[in-house]
Amino acid sequence: MNSTILLFLVQDGITNGAIYALLGLALVLVFAVTRVILIPQGEFVTYGALTYASLASGQMPGTAKLAVVMGIAAFVLDLFAARRALHGRKIARALAVNIALPAAVLALTVWAAAHHAPVPIAIALSLVIVASIGLSLYRLAFQPLAHTSVLVLLIASVGCHLAMQGLGLLFFGAEGQRGPVLADAALTAGPLRFTGQSLAVYGITVAFIIALWLFFGLSLYGKALRATAVNRLGARLVGIRTSLSGQIAFLLASVIGALSGILIVPITTLYYDTGFLIGLKGFIAAIIAGLVSYPVTAIAALMIGIVEAFSSFYASNFKEVIVFMLLVPVLLLRSLATPAALEEEKD
Amino acid sequence: MSALLSVSDAHIAYGKVEAVRGVSLEVADNEIVTIVGANGAGKTTLLNAVMGVLPLKGRIALAGEDLVRLEIEERVALGLSLVAEHRELFASMNVEDNLELGGFRGTRAQAASAFERVYALFPRLKERRKQLAGTLSGGEQQMLAMGRALMGAPKLLMLDEPSLGLAPIIVADIFRTIGELRSAGVSVLLVEQNAQAALKIADRAYVMELGEFILEGRASEVAANERVAASYLGFQHEGASGI
Repeated sequence: MNSTILLFLVQDGITNGAIYALLGLALVLVFAVTRVILIPQGEFVTYGALTYASLASGQMPGTAKLAVVMGIAAFVLDLFAARRALHGRKIARALAVNIALPAAVLALTVWAAAHHAPVPIAIALSLVIVASIGLSLYRLAFQPLAHTSVLVLLIASVGCHLAMQGLGLLFFGAEGQRGPVLADAALTAGPLRFTGQSLAVYGITVAFIIALWLFFGLSLYGKALRATAVNRLGARLVGIRTSLSGQIAFLLASVIGALSGILIVPITTLYYDTGFLIGLKGFIAAIIAGLVSYPVTAIAALMIGIVEAFSSFYASNFKEVIVFMLLVPVLLLRSLATPAALEEEKD
Repeated sequence: MSALLSVSDAHIAYGKVEAVRGVSLEVADNEIVTIVGANGAGKTTLLNAVMGVLPLKGRIALAGEDLVRLEIEERVALGLSLVAEHRELFASMNVEDNLELGGFRGTRAQAASAFERVYALFPRLKERRKQLAGTLSGGEQQMLAMGRALMGAPKLLMLDEPSLGLAPIIVADIFRTIGELRSAGVSVLLVEQNAQAALKIADRAYVMELGEFILEGRASEVAANERVAASYLGFQHEGASGI
C-alpha cells in the first residue's frame, strides 16, 4: 500500500462517514427527545434518494401519494383525539399541515415529473415529501405510544421500518436507481481529486451540523427540545407539549435522512432496501456515543466511514462484518465502564 | 368574591388505592393558602392532580374554566403553575435558559419584563445566570424552580415543599419571597410539612390527614387549634418528621 491509496481510502471514508454522522446525529436527537430508536431512519434515506432520482428521470414517485394518505390519516386521528374540545383554529391548522401541504406537494410533483423539473426543484420536493411523511409517521405511530416503555417504542419502530420498506419496494421496484450529481466541477489537490459531489457532501454536512448547533444553542424551540430531552415532566410544567417536541425531532430526522439520501444517490446506486444498511451505520455511531453525545457520534461516524473504506479495500467480502464487529468491543467496554446496570428510566 | 381555583369532591387513586378522598378546596385572588399535614397525607398527590400530572375524579376550575379534561400544558396556558417537589429543573442547561423556557408560552416582550421581575426577586439567580442548573446549591435550585414558574406569569403558583432539605436561613428567605408574591398579584397554594412557617405567611389553611381535610379556616385559627399545635407545630414530634 502506498500513501496515495491511503489518502484515497481516507477521503472515501470521510465522505461516507459524513453521511453516517448526519444520520447518527438524527438518531441521537430523536432518542433523546422521544425515546424512540428510529429504525425507519434508513427508509427516510431511501425515500429521499429514490424520490429525487425518480423526479430527475421524469417518473412520478409514489411517496408523494403516501404523504397525502398518511396526512389524511393523521388529520382524522387529530380530530378524534380532540373530539371533546374542537375549535376552528386547531382544525384549520391540522388541515393545513396534514392535508393541504402534502396535497399541494403532490400536485407540484405531478407537474415536476411530467416536465423534467430542474435539480433544485426535485431536491426541494423530495425533502418536503419525506418531511411530511416523517411528521405523519410520528403522529400515527409514536405520539399515541408516547407514554409507553422504550421497548414498546422500539417494536413500533421495527414495524414502521418493515412497512415502509415494503412500500418502498412497491413505489420504486426492485431495481436500483441513481440520481444526477449536484455539482459537476472537480478539484485536484496533489494526488487527490475532489469531485463536486463529495465537496457538496462535506459542505452540506458541516453546514447542517452548524445549523443544528445554532438551533439548539440559541433558538427557543431548540432549547425546548433539549429541555424535553433532559426532563420531560419539567418541560411539560413550563408548557412545552411533548408532542410538539416529538414532531420537531421527527421533522429534523426525516429531513436529515432525505438529505443524506439525496447526497449519496449520485455516488452509489440505491435500492429500495439500501437505506436500512446506511441507517444502521449511523446507528452504530450513535450507540458508540451511548445515544447521548452529539460530538462523539460525529467522530465515531467518521471512524466508521474510514474503517469501512479500508475493509472494502482489503477484504471487501467482509466489509459489513468488520464494520458491525466494531460494536462488540464498544458495547463490552461500555458495560464494564457502567458499574450498575442501567435500568429503563422511570417516567 | 369568586374563587380563582376551586376544587370540589376530588378523588385521586393510585390503581385501587384512593390516596385522596372527596377533598374540596378554594383559593381566592391574591390569597396565600396552605395545606399542612404529615408525610403521606396526600398533599403532593393533590397538587399533582390539580396540575394534571395525575388523573383526578371530581371538579377543578381555574377562574371559572373547567380543567378536568385539559392536559398539563393547557393548564399552564390558563395560568396555573406548579413548582414540583423534585423541582424538575433542566439540570444540564444554565440558569438563564431554564428561566427563558419558563416563559416558553409568552412573547419576547413579556419574557424581558419577566426576567427583570424574577432577577429582582432572586438577585442570586442573576449572579449565577450562566451556571448550569444542576450545579446550583439546593436553595438556589429552589429559587430557580420558583423563578422559572414565575416567568410564565401564572395566576396561581402551587409550591410543593419549598423548604424541603434546605438550611433554615434559606427557608426564611424563600418564605419571605412567597409573602412578596401576594403584593405582585400572584395567588399561592403552598403545601408544607414545615407547618409553623407556612401558617405564619398564609391567609387560610387546610389540614390534611390520610387523604382528607380534617380542618380548615383562617391560618391564625388553625395555628391556634390544639390538635394542630400538638401534631404539627412541634409540641410533639411523632409523625411530623420529614424524610
